[in-house]
Amino acid sequence: MIELRDVHKSFGPKRVLQGVDLVVPKGESMVIIGGSGTGKSVTLKCVLGLVKPDQGQILVDGQNVEKAERDEFLSHFGMLFQGGALFDSLPVWQNVAFRLLRGRLKRPKPEAREIAIEKLRRVGLKPDVADLFPAELSGGMQKRVGLARAIAADPQIIFFDEPTTGLDPIMAGVINELIREIVVEMGATAMTITHDMTSVRAIADKVAMLHDGVIKWTGPVAQMDNSGDPYLDQFIHGRAEGPIEAVR
Amino acid sequence: MIVRATAGIGRGTLGLLAGIGRGTMFVLATISAALRPPFYIKEFLQAILHIGYLSLPVVGLTAIFTGAALALQIYAGGSRFQAEAVVPSIVAIGMTRELGPVLGGLMVAARVASSIAAEIGTMKVTEQIDALVTLSTDPMRYLTVPRVLAAVLALPVLVGVGDAIGILGGYSVGIGRLGFNSAAYLKNTTDFLEFWDVASGMVKGAVFGAIIALVGCYFGMNSGRGAQGVGRATKSAVVTASVLILASNYILTEAFFNQ
Repeated sequence: MIELRDVHKSFGPKRVLQGVDLVVPKGESMVIIGGSGTGKSVTLKCVLGLVKPDQGQILVDGQNVEKAERDEFLSHFGMLFQGGALFDSLPVWQNVAFRLLRGRLKRPKPEAREIAIEKLRRVGLKPDVADLFPAELSGGMQKRVGLARAIAADPQIIFFDEPTTGLDPIMAGVINELIREIVVEMGATAMTITHDMTSVRAIADKVAMLHDGVIKWTGPVAQMDNSGDPYLDQFIHGRAEGPIEAVR
Repeated sequence: MIVRATAGIGRGTLGLLAGIGRGTMFVLATISAALRPPFYIKEFLQAILHIGYLSLPVVGLTAIFTGAALALQIYAGGSRFQAEAVVPSIVAIGMTRELGPVLGGLMVAARVASSIAAEIGTMKVTEQIDALVTLSTDPMRYLTVPRVLAAVLALPVLVGVGDAIGILGGYSVGIGRLGFNSAAYLKNTTDFLEFWDVASGMVKGAVFGAIIALVGCYFGMNSGRGAQGVGRATKSAVVTASVLILASNYILTEAFFNQ
């Protein structure tokens, strides 16, 4: 379970998070939506410990993120980055098996390669992709490799940062379906940030709407359409008029 | 007007001091990371290849032309005092103590500090550094430490090779253009060259190596966003590394030779 309690974060004079409270129960898929620049990525990075909150607490399975032993803590996480964030100096399979080739989860090279190829297959890529370099792949394929890397060490918690951004609608659909399948089949807790509403409906168990540094609304995806919340309504229908200023 | 100027000076000074502070923290973090496992042998060997071996051509070319020009200048200067015979020994001492390490260091700074800053800067803006952290890998240990160690070890070797090639450049000009006798030139070179002349240049090389890699990594890790951010990081890395090399060269020369 992931719990954020009154999390604040500012960058200089810009107050990005102003008291975020959010609970993601174990095994559930939570999607955080909100406009660009509302602090969705910062929220994820706070949970991962990449950004240190100014105030408030973040608990993962009851343990305070800041006090946890980093290596042990991060070994339960997988993350799919917005641009893939693949290491261009390494071939695809070494990207996927990065965690399995070093550190506490290290295993013999042939075994790591085998797992990498298996994970690539799981995201719909053929074994011959394994020896290519990330720069040789299309955007959609890079996303899939990023997804394979995120699940390579069978994490209990997976984060997806705008998984469909920059993909054509069909590829976006494929990635959404994959994410849903993988999360269900692994029983993992998932946290996704996106502003793609198709993605939300495909991936989410629960939805949280972030605006002005706080969670404006949270609830099951089924209640999203008749929430009665003016912010959420404006966002999901993509209206230029409403409580959210169109020019930010 | 006066207030604004004073404020500007104050802001500049504060910025400089903050920069020095951040740089020092970065150096301490690198040392602390270098002393604790895991150690990344493969990354270290790759860095040796990129920083050391692949810099040989540029260092060699710099040295050979510098040595050749040096011989011509010393001959021209020496002839004013009928002291042309000092050419071999002054070329050797000049190359090993000063020009070998400094020009070699500056060329490697241009080649390596820029490429390190651009590579790590691009990794930073494409979230690859964040990805390393989420994959339980400390970027300081994985990226910075191997490069710094490789540069500290590779630069003295590059300086040694550069010294030899520079002396060869002087020798070629001495024999070909200035009418020296080959055996006498070589004897003059070896007779007057002391161990410390060569060793001090190599020590300088090691210090310059540390500066080059640390500065490249620092600016890469602190790169701003986008192409412009990476461009600025690269430029700052080369400028800072070059100035630090020249400044530290003066300090080291004072320490080594000013008895």
